[in-house]
Amino acid sequence: MAQLIKQGNVANDTWTTLTLAEGETPESVALPAGDVIFPLAVWRARQNEIVSCHKRIGLLLQPDDKVEEIAADLQYFIVVAVHFPKFVDGRGYSTAALLRQRYHYQGELRAVGDVLHDQLFFMKRVGFDSYALKDGKDAIYAIGKGFAPFSETYQASTDQPEPHFRRRTA
Amino acid sequence: MYKYDAIDRQLILDRVEQFRDQVRRWQAGELTDDEFRPLRLQNGLYIQRHAPMFRIAVPYGMLNSAQLRKLAHVARQYDRGYGHFTTRHNLQLNWPKLTDVPDILAELAEVDLHAIQTSGNCIRNITTDQFAGVAADEIIDPRPLAEILRQWSTFHPEFAFLPRKFKFAISGTDEDRAVTWFHDIGLHLKVVDGVAGFTVIVGGGLGRTPIRGQVVREFLPWQHILSYCEAILRVYNRFGRRDNAYKARIKILVQALGVEEFTKLVEAEWAHAKDGPATITQAEYNRVAAHFGAPAYETITTVDAGYQAKIVDDKAFARWVERNTQPHKVPGYRAVTLSLKKHGVAPGDITSDQMEVVADLADRYSFGELRISHEQNVILADVKLADLADVWRVAKAAGLATPNIGLLTSIICCPGGDFCDLANAKSIPIATAIQQRFDDLDYLFDIGEIDLNISGCMNACGHHHVGHIGVLGVDKNNDEFYQVTLGGRQGNDAKLGKVIGPSFSAGEMPDVVDKIIKVYLENRHPDERFIDTFDRIGIDPFKNRVYEGRAHGKAKAAEKEAA
Repeated sequence: MAQLIKQGNVANDTWTTLTLAEGETPESVALPAGDVIFPLAVWRARQNEIVSCHKRIGLLLQPDDKVEEIAADLQYFIVVAVHFPKFVDGRGYSTAALLRQRYHYQGELRAVGDVLHDQLFFMKRVGFDSYALKDGKDAIYAIGKGFAPFSETYQASTDQPEPHFRRRTA
Repeated sequence: MYKYDAIDRQLILDRVEQFRDQVRRWQAGELTDDEFRPLRLQNGLYIQRHAPMFRIAVPYGMLNSAQLRKLAHVARQYDRGYGHFTTRHNLQLNWPKLTDVPDILAELAEVDLHAIQTSGNCIRNITTDQFAGVAADEIIDPRPLAEILRQWSTFHPEFAFLPRKFKFAISGTDEDRAVTWFHDIGLHLKVVDGVAGFTVIVGGGLGRTPIRGQVVREFLPWQHILSYCEAILRVYNRFGRRDNAYKARIKILVQALGVEEFTKLVEAEWAHAKDGPATITQAEYNRVAAHFGAPAYETITTVDAGYQAKIVDDKAFARWVERNTQPHKVPGYRAVTLSLKKHGVAPGDITSDQMEVVADLADRYSFGELRISHEQNVILADVKLADLADVWRVAKAAGLATPNIGLLTSIICCPGGDFCDLANAKSIPIATAIQQRFDDLDYLFDIGEIDLNISGCMNACGHHHVGHIGVLGVDKNNDEFYQVTLGGRQGNDAKLGKVIGPSFSAGEMPDVVDKIIKVYLENRHPDERFIDTFDRIGIDPFKNRVYEGRAHGKAKAAEKEAA
């Protein structure tokens, strides 16, 4: 099980992610109760149904899902999870930056998949605020060391919208 | 040159500690090899044929003497007493111990050096013209903007895991000396209606699929360069291919979309960021540019008499001045190129002892600064004419004054199969064999200007595609062969060379080059350089001479059968 890091602590994860078993389709899959993170295809196919029976809704975005296409739906989501199939696949960073900076998504933004200690700093910078650290990794050490390896940042991003050169005093 | 402030320095110290911890976790089994690989690559550390290869950044080619002395020390202490300058201004060590690298980084940090993003699928070291700031044909000094881009690209959170590596080059002169047409992003500084800005070229590259870049924006005022590059990188990060490493460079995306469609995406992205916080302020430009102000040049109104006399009296000196010094925008000064192309030595290699000699020369004669060129030489940019004879004498004694800059034996060459894991063939022995064949200086001078570039594989670190003569190592059934191209060139009319035909064995290469040169010498008009003659007479005369009497195609197959 991945270990959820949230607000500097290991947190209990109340959300389950709906995965389609073989033979199931977004149109036919049974919608479970509780806090559920839905794949984009299921959200698209069953939006009205989901909204009518769920108060708390999560969305799962894959690296090639286009943020632009769900920009109008963001109000519905408590959690948006961005999947990193491999940690070297950096598309999720742009997804997060767009969600926060362009579409002003305010809910929980969660990194899921191949989420590792040495990428937490970058993830935090672009706007993630919860992290499903890969199973077997040291979550306490990651919380202590992974988020702030650098004492300053040069460029603007979600967590610091002003580049360093605009914050110079002299 | 740019001097680090407390923040710049703190960041590289942070980096040292971060990497030390990563190495520790890797050794303890907390990081797998696959998890560690991109982390070490982003600190310039490869695992190579014989040992790790470690690449130290020389941002846009600028070094001071203290930094070079530190490099000399590091090469001596942790390696075999020499390093190799690459075509991206960086210094490579071929034999360090992986577990020493955190200590090496700590030593380098003492003089503001690092290995940040010298490899990996991220924004790499930005390259520029080795004569920036002193070139007579310079429009705008590219170094302040190169430094601003360096800072912006350092640990950029959105672009640390791109589909593939990403290289910038900036040129601020009329004649492009930074190979800007063959970079992921090439920037030409220019002034339009009194406004300074860039022509933005995207999607060039050498390597396996050599492609000339295309203009995405004819003119972009300089203040917008960070937001514009961010737009380009975001489009690339989102839509560049990740399924096949050979098709993952931005050039493939630009080709696939077409430059118009690609430009449309970039401009749409940029529309959101334009005039936002990433817009460079005049104050920031001024702050950085102040570091690149002119040194305390003397006012020199007459040509030094001693220098003039020596030019007349000493042919060897005169030759060196002709080939290895370049015009300077300040009267009474020249830029000196110290040749790392001594015949018989691997191109770009420099010993620790030589580094110390160069550092001393820089302190004594060139304001304590030096530059590395993409042709793998070291430049003292600000030497008085009156000092040239002294510089020459010291450089000569140290083996750094071969008067071959721009000539046939000033070969650009990658480390090749002797060192590099990627190589299909050795490259250094080919370079040295050609240098031995053309060891006669009179003959070299008679042949005149010509670029000979050698790469040991199609990754093209030796820029073979843009050599007038390009040599590419290829693997044929586990044997090393060499494919020859002609007519490539860098500069404003940058062009890829054309393959002349079937490849050659290593032993044949000096003869092949010799034949190519003979065709040129027999056909040239007065004042024609090799490339001019080539353009006039075309590739066929060269092809015919090189393959004369050589069976190929069906005839070769028949010959083989008979044998």
